[in-house]
Amino acid sequence: MQQRQSLFLNTSATLGFIFLYAPIIALIVYSFNKSKLVTVWGGWSLQWYSALFNNEQIMTAAWLSLKVAFISATVAVVLGTLAGFVLSRMGRFPGKLILSGWITAPLVMPEVITGLSLLLLFVAMEGTFGWPSGRGIGTIIIAHSTFCLAYVAVIVQSRLSAMDESLEEAAMDLGAKPFSLFFLVTLPLISPAIISGWLLSFTLSLDDLVIASFVSGPGNSTLPMVIFSKVRLGVTPEVNALATIMIGIVALGVVGAIWQMRRQNRMMNSID
Amino acid sequence: MTETQVIDSPAVAQSTPDDIPLWKQDGAQPFLRIENITKKFGDFTAVDNISLDIYKNELFCLLGGSGSGKSTLLRMLAGFEAPTSGKIIIDGVDMAGIQPWKRPVNMMFQSYALFPHLSVEENVAFGLKREGVPRAEVRERVAQMLELVQMGHLNKRKPHQLSGGQRQRIALARSLIKQPKLLLLDEPLGALDKKLREETQFELINIQEKLGVTFVVVTHDQEEAMTLSTRIGVMDQGKIVQTAEPHDVYEYPNSRFVAEFIGSVNMFEGRVIEDEPDSVRIHSKEAGGELYVDHGISCAPNQKVYVALRPEKIKVSRRKPDQSHLNGANCIVGTIEEIAYMGSMSVFRIRLPSGKEVRVTQPNFSRNMGERFTWEDQVYMSWDADSSVVLTS
Repeated sequence: MQQRQSLFLNTSATLGFIFLYAPIIALIVYSFNKSKLVTVWGGWSLQWYSALFNNEQIMTAAWLSLKVAFISATVAVVLGTLAGFVLSRMGRFPGKLILSGWITAPLVMPEVITGLSLLLLFVAMEGTFGWPSGRGIGTIIIAHSTFCLAYVAVIVQSRLSAMDESLEEAAMDLGAKPFSLFFLVTLPLISPAIISGWLLSFTLSLDDLVIASFVSGPGNSTLPMVIFSKVRLGVTPEVNALATIMIGIVALGVVGAIWQMRRQNRMMNSID
Repeated sequence: MTETQVIDSPAVAQSTPDDIPLWKQDGAQPFLRIENITKKFGDFTAVDNISLDIYKNELFCLLGGSGSGKSTLLRMLAGFEAPTSGKIIIDGVDMAGIQPWKRPVNMMFQSYALFPHLSVEENVAFGLKREGVPRAEVRERVAQMLELVQMGHLNKRKPHQLSGGQRQRIALARSLIKQPKLLLLDEPLGALDKKLREETQFELINIQEKLGVTFVVVTHDQEEAMTLSTRIGVMDQGKIVQTAEPHDVYEYPNSRFVAEFIGSVNMFEGRVIEDEPDSVRIHSKEAGGELYVDHGISCAPNQKVYVALRPEKIKVSRRKPDQSHLNGANCIVGTIEEIAYMGSMSVFRIRLPSGKEVRVTQPNFSRNMGERFTWEDQVYMSWDADSSVVLTS
């Protein structure tokens, strides 16, 4: 019985992993393909990587995407941490339910709708205040910060509510005023959640195609937008190479985020 | 020659006021005064109009079950909860509106609440650093304090690398480092196993005496309260039902609740048949005989009362004991239903003809246990006039 069950589990795990990762592995392998034809194997080569780094359009878009991802992850972490802190530590205040509902809305809202509503907002704001004038990197950053903020807030809030509140009381009891309490105790204790929130935001922003398509202006195409437009004209081996690099970055981000969360769990749980 | 000198010495012959505990001295100033404190959470009253005086160097235990309001009271002393009404005065200063970080009070938390990201040393130093104590002095005082709790060798460890007992010591050191006037301890030994708890109890008393800090301890463990405290406040449903020294709480409980909460007790319902100023005679149908108690109570004739009798105060014998000095009172008959041999003592459960079950414990004086009893034995149970207490509530 035991053996049969483990056979079943092993088979389903193997099938699951094949299902998930076979396309990705194929893509990675083909990025090292010598042949110009995407579907024909012509031996190993790094030529598409060098072609990629010489492609100015892609490099500009990549640089833009990295900039956007970095800035919006940082903005989202600051705002999301504050929001998570308010939600879990302020006690009951009028509008708390609405705030907590709204803050998680971007998690469940279809990206098309988020993108469209942000576009409408930017257009309306430009018409009323004259800002933001036109759409470009600024509007992409605002849009990405908005939906990444939701993820950070949720991660930070769940970390804070899992944290023993007597830790903060102990700090107060020992003479820490609210300000030093936050920076000496609360912040270090939730820092793994903040770091993983930042990494997650960074990858989400780097990945995003739909929202960026709505809120970016001419000449400000992010990397996913460039890839998408290229793929529509037919897949080139160059895109495979680019996709492999992106998979690498995203995987690093996700693994880093998970590792941070686990490290924190270990530390907190062994205390209880 | 020297002998007479010692005997004649007034310091030995007479007791100085120092020997009398402060709470028994008239006009002694309490160190902590709690005045009509009430705390409500919505409709629920957690602490109900408590007034209490605690004196310097006391080790006062608030003892109660869960939901009795003891932790809420402690949290109000620390400043984490604001009282709905009433006053807390520590060393002459009204604590109303004073934030937790400004109170001359420190607390040791039930979960210990050690900062997991800081080392043992940094945990203990936390309070001093907030005060802006110079670094050299911080280091010296932390080292001293860690020596006091015998944890100097683990100063670089993180809390998750420590055992439960070691964490408890660090938590104690951290809460004492600022030399608070008043230390609050929330179930200080609750997370330790039995053996460690017994050792730590005495250490806690030693440290308290060495540093001369006033301790207020919250616990649900009556044994802990008995061994630790100078006085116990027994709490029930937000009220303090009795405040007394451990001995008095055990021997002279003032209500059925206290008698039953502290230790185990046999309770006989009965009616007063003879009410003298210094004694009471009670007829109890439940006990199946007359009960005689050598202290007076204020009661109406024929009033319903309860006689509380501790299991270890009952003598068991097969032959009828001579109770003629009590006119045959305090002697009842029953059948042994169960015997539990527990090494140091044996516990009997004896069924009375009325159906009432009586619990008796007997120390095992010798290996052969003297008179041997077995199941279904008919036995006499007897006790002295000063063994039981009459309770009216």
